Amino acid sequence: MHTIDLQNITKVYDMGGDVEVHALRGVNLQIKKGEFVAIMGASGSGKSTLMNMIGCLDSPTRGDYYLDGVYVNTLDKHELADIRNKKIGFVFQGFNLIPRTTALENVELPLLYNRTERIKDPKKLAVEALIRVGLKDRMDHEPNRLSGGQQQRVTIARALVNQPSIILADEPTGNLDSVTSIEVMSVFQELNQEGITIILVTHEHDIADYAKRIIMLRDGHIIKDEPITNVRSAKDDLAALQNERNIRGLGEKEEMTL
Amino acid sequence: MKWKNLIKVAFKSIMKNRMRSLLTVLGIIIGVGAVIALVSIGQGASASIEKQISGLGSNLLMIFPGERRTGGVSYGAQSHRSITLDDYKRLEQETTLLKGISPMIRAGGQVIAGDKNWATNVSGVSPSYLEIRDWGMDKGEFITPRDVLSRRKVAVLGKTVAKELFGDQDPVGQRIRIRNIPFVVNGVLKERGQSVMGQDQDDVILSPYTTVLYRMSDGQNINTIMVSAISIEKMDAASEEIKSILRSAHKIQPGEDDDFNIRSQTDIVETATSVTGIMTMVLSAIAGVSLLVGGIGIMNIMLVSVTERTREIGIRLAIGARGGDILIQFLIEAVILSMLGGLIGILSGIGIGKLISNLINITTIVDPFIVFGAFFFSGAVGIFFGFYPAMKASRLNPIDALRYE
Repeated sequence: MHTIDLQNITKVYDMGGDVEVHALRGVNLQIKKGEFVAIMGASGSGKSTLMNMIGCLDSPTRGDYYLDGVYVNTLDKHELADIRNKKIGFVFQGFNLIPRTTALENVELPLLYNRTERIKDPKKLAVEALIRVGLKDRMDHEPNRLSGGQQQRVTIARALVNQPSIILADEPTGNLDSVTSIEVMSVFQELNQEGITIILVTHEHDIADYAKRIIMLRDGHIIKDEPITNVRSAKDDLAALQNERNIRGLGEKEEMTL
Repeated sequence: MKWKNLIKVAFKSIMKNRMRSLLTVLGIIIGVGAVIALVSIGQGASASIEKQISGLGSNLLMIFPGERRTGGVSYGAQSHRSITLDDYKRLEQETTLLKGISPMIRAGGQVIAGDKNWATNVSGVSPSYLEIRDWGMDKGEFITPRDVLSRRKVAVLGKTVAKELFGDQDPVGQRIRIRNIPFVVNGVLKERGQSVMGQDQDDVILSPYTTVLYRMSDGQNINTIMVSAISIEKMDAASEEIKSILRSAHKIQPGEDDDFNIRSQTDIVETATSVTGIMTMVLSAIAGVSLLVGGIGIMNIMLVSVTERTREIGIRLAIGARGGDILIQFLIEAVILSMLGGLIGILSGIGIGKLISNLINITTIVDPFIVFGAFFFSGAVGIFFGFYPAMKASRLNPIDALRYE
């Protein structure tokens, strides 16, 4: 069974009058459990619409969507909210943490909105999620006292905490510098190795190369869908960068002594 | 979401903009504060009015002369000198429902005792007066039937007069001159304090009505007749009886108006209550208007808050909050905001009430019912005016909310 099964999905936005925007034109996409998929495409290619569709934030004009075997099309807005809460972990571009609320409280939030099961100790689960993304020491910090990379890790912890079927990351490295981006990607790769399905939307090839499968969208069509044979390891890249920096740092020091 | 978390989030948001929150609830603070302060003062005042009215005497009825009309021109109440000594005597003999009856003939005059003098009212009354007015003697004796019969020149002094004329000395047995007529002081009345109208009831001299009527007045006309009915239930019957006796005495034909007025204590109580009622209505209007304005202020700021936090709402919706969760969150914030305003208003209202009562020396009564009422009403204002913004927040589309800058 596929975790995500999109069949002939079409999305048309009615912009008023006779103007219609066809964001998706018959997309077929199946994603299995444990995959790491990068969705790529220029702006206007429909990747954000596809993302919202998969994330149950938007519903298709035509076509069928099954998430974990559940037929999403017929769910009402309350059921959609519960599905987002339980099955999907969101990581957005703009960090999207709630201000003046500690990292821990931010991560706890999806547990507090969980209506489908009784959670005995939400705090403990939130702490575990934060440890998993390597933020053990920053749990009581509010977002404005965290760096961009740290904020994005909190968001990932928040996405993880309800043990979702998939993590949806929309341009998660969009606001980060290259080193921090690779750090975040290494977190995603680790989580993927633990068996979590990850869907990543990006327009940077460097970032997409850390995924296992790449899907290219153009004008609402999938124009390319192929596995990446040579997956880059974010951890290795990070180590290499660190090395390079050390050497350069040494070089600078030598220059100074000269 | 649990209540604990919802309340925590609401407090966080309120405390984030302390100044703004305070200004927002200012309308509610002023409204609730004004109501609490004025109601405490008003209730204190009406309690003391009621106390004084009941102090007039039990089952008291007062008979006044009526108005005089000549060719349609009214000369106003008591312009007609229609109550006479004959009326009094007739009532005394014929009524069956009265415990006591006393005429009241007022004469003013300068009173001299030794080297001191004092201008006061001299009232001619019967021996029943003390009982009718529910009064008592401090020293000496009251007017006796013998005093009345032989028109003795004896006087009973009110506390104020006694103090003015004799200071700390015992006035009983002393001689005084009223309008140059010599009197002997027979006793001193107990202290009674101010009347409903603010007059000093102790600034009075009582004397046998015969003495006053024949030596200081015209020998015929009586200002007022005061009676007390045998019981409070018989007051209406007693009033009817007096009416029929006086109508036949004055030869008033059926269909003609009375030339006298009978007023009871309940009339006065009713007047006082209607004053209190008007005050309550005015206060309710003040409260209503200021709570309305306060509520609009809360609605306004909640709308601003919803707009400011659109992105936050988007995040919450994306991670699985239902519309209802968002609605409750903003509603709780509005309610907490307005209840805080109500609380501050109550405290400042009590404070202002105490301050005013100290300044003008009246007692205040803080009614717990009004306090709780004000508190819960301010909460209700929060629910009412917070509902629209909360509704707006809960209906946001998560995609649009997340993109909102």
